[in-house]
Amino acid sequence: METEIYLDNAATTKPLDCVVEAVKDTMMHNYGNPSSLHKRGMEAETIIKEASKFFAMQIGALPEEIIYTSGGTESNNTAIVGAAMAYKRRGNKIITTPIEHPSVGEVFNYLESQGFEVCHVGVDEKGYINLEELKTLIDNQTILVSVMHVNNEIGTIQPIEEIGKLIKLQNKETLFHVDAVQSFGKLPIQVKRSKIDFLSVSAHKFYGPRGVGLLYKNKAVRMQSLLLGGGQQKNVRSGTENTPGIAGTLAACQYVTAHQKEIYESMMACKKRLAEGILETIPNTWINGPSIEESASYILNIGFEDVRAEVLLHTLEQFEIYVSSGSACSSHKKGHGDVLAALGIKGAALDSAIRFSFAHDTKMEDIERVIEVLGEQIPLLRRYTVGGKKK
Amino acid sequence: MKNVFLIKYGELAIKGKNRHLFENRLLSNIKKNLKSLGEFLVTKEQGRIMVEPVEEDSIDVNTVLNRLSRIFGIVGIAYGLKAEEVSFDAVKRLALAQMTEECADKNITFKVETKRADKRFPMTSMEVSCELGAYLLEALGDKVKVDVHNPDVFLMVELRNHAYVYAKTHKGAGGMPYGTNGKATLLLSGGIDSPVAGWMIAKRGVEVDAVYFHAPPYTSDRAKQKVVDLAEKVAMYTGSMNLHIVNFTDIQLKIYELCPHEQLTIIMRRIMMYISEAIAKKNGSMALITGESIGQVASQTMHSLVCTNEAATMPVFRPLIGFDKEEIVQIAKRIDTFETSIQPFEDCCTIFVAKHPETKPKLEQIERSERALDEIIDEMMQKAIDEVEVVKIR
Repeated sequence: METEIYLDNAATTKPLDCVVEAVKDTMMHNYGNPSSLHKRGMEAETIIKEASKFFAMQIGALPEEIIYTSGGTESNNTAIVGAAMAYKRRGNKIITTPIEHPSVGEVFNYLESQGFEVCHVGVDEKGYINLEELKTLIDNQTILVSVMHVNNEIGTIQPIEEIGKLIKLQNKETLFHVDAVQSFGKLPIQVKRSKIDFLSVSAHKFYGPRGVGLLYKNKAVRMQSLLLGGGQQKNVRSGTENTPGIAGTLAACQYVTAHQKEIYESMMACKKRLAEGILETIPNTWINGPSIEESASYILNIGFEDVRAEVLLHTLEQFEIYVSSGSACSSHKKGHGDVLAALGIKGAALDSAIRFSFAHDTKMEDIERVIEVLGEQIPLLRRYTVGGKKK
Repeated sequence: MKNVFLIKYGELAIKGKNRHLFENRLLSNIKKNLKSLGEFLVTKEQGRIMVEPVEEDSIDVNTVLNRLSRIFGIVGIAYGLKAEEVSFDAVKRLALAQMTEECADKNITFKVETKRADKRFPMTSMEVSCELGAYLLEALGDKVKVDVHNPDVFLMVELRNHAYVYAKTHKGAGGMPYGTNGKATLLLSGGIDSPVAGWMIAKRGVEVDAVYFHAPPYTSDRAKQKVVDLAEKVAMYTGSMNLHIVNFTDIQLKIYELCPHEQLTIIMRRIMMYISEAIAKKNGSMALITGESIGQVASQTMHSLVCTNEAATMPVFRPLIGFDKEEIVQIAKRIDTFETSIQPFEDCCTIFVAKHPETKPKLEQIERSERALDEIIDEMMQKAIDEVEVVKIR
């Protein structure tokens, strides 16, 4: 294990020891149902209340605006479908971008099939959305705009504060959903200042447990529930709360927010070194998306000419280096290059992109090792290219 | 009165003096297959195999039928009733119980047919059928009517060492009992065709082992897992299978380096044949099986097949040779390998596929190209054979 170099942290992260402890402790000792009237129930409820306070504080929200879900996918589904259904009498138009995660993109496709008018605001070659176009798209029929904060493939950081203000200026009733799965805990987010009405968060992207998500919902807005049942969480999301998962998420969040800046910078140093190391020593390589310092410090997407990304991925795997070709959730399907295609990247270049994603504990020596292995392996792989030898 | 599964096996009955060998094998295959579902008494009885659940309440009839319908050598399976004594009274009791169930929720037409293996029984088959029909009409009243041409329910009576009554026969997998017809080795790729080819040969009673050529990092561990999953699907019919996994990367790269690009696939397939044959010999196989079908892809044109075929000395069985893709897909769906086959994990080998592969290779020309490999290939093949990984699927 000590030789392992895990650079697939945008897919999922290794939970912190304190997270594992918190989950285990809560599981063993605080097994009460938060809805139960007795002491055991009260204990569990207290854990969740304390956690809500902490999460709310981080994003400038109120504790009662935090809803617990099963993860980023549920948060995105709940916010988008829930808001669209609750406000469908006010208007029929909903807006998103072509570079969203499928748990947003597919929900918009579903709503389109249900009769909503779906608009996609364009993005430039770095993945930034066209604000002018967004402005013209928002009309009095527009009930929702959904934009991701940090893109999972290329690390583009959207100016969400600017977007939030722009939306409300065009139509103060249009709701704003932000998919912050790749940014919460890593970049500061202030929901009130950015005029955000819904914010989706996933615990396992910042060293928390799998199966836990958060959804911030502005308490001034309505949302239809997707899960019906016992009426937990003020009837917004039925189902017994996952107390151990929430306690683990709290532990993770406490750690990442206490060290936010230093973690961000240490990841930026790794990213810079890796990018420079590759671009300088390996010919015919390039960065997909914004420049190194402009995009998120924990995501680096590099194209290697004449190398099939999946082959490179499995080659690196033999050296216990773990990376991603396309988003791991979707790389089993064809068309995982959707994000890159939306940037205008074409042909073989779509198939040559590798995503390296970093964590708080990524070491510089690991980065050096990756550069060294790539330096050895890329020329070997390039001897075997699709369709025959290069002259 | 007891519940019983009657197993019919057509083709076996004509196997003359060897018949008992086939029957015994089928009997033991049935026992092995049902083991995990509960306790069963499995016995032979004059051209039938009878399967009786020891505790009727603990089994699910459809699960057992499903399991039995996958066993090669079985033509039909009926779930019916059995009485220990062979008397007309007993037959009446069984028939009434069976028919009461059949007409529980609707009125039906029926016909009775009787088979009398025990000719000492005092009534002829015809008499049994007639009198039983009359009895049922009287006992069940308006609920049933006789229709000898197109009945809803075909009530069968069989008089053997015991009396049996059943209404419906489910189709069996057909073929010959697994393990009664030698052994062959299947080249299993992870596509749609090869599992179907393996299944077809296994259906004729042939024991089947499989070989898979793995080329990491060009094929992933998930691609390998997919092949293991496919072998498991085929083993649902055969009971077990040994999957031999050959690491093919070095050989593949060497071919790429030293041979003309448009011939890569043919040369690769020829070497796969050599290696498969060596593995086949080691595991006691007498033939190879492939999923090839004439003209399906460049490497399966008549010319290509001739070149590939020449690389093997054992007979190569190609049960799909005259099938269209759609026909193969239909079987794949029926035997439940299709969904696994279409998982997209094997893309990476496309690196080794030429843009314009040779479709009319000549053997002499291919052999000439292969001479570039002469000095190293024997050693490389030997290494691949020595280092084969065997996954035992049970």
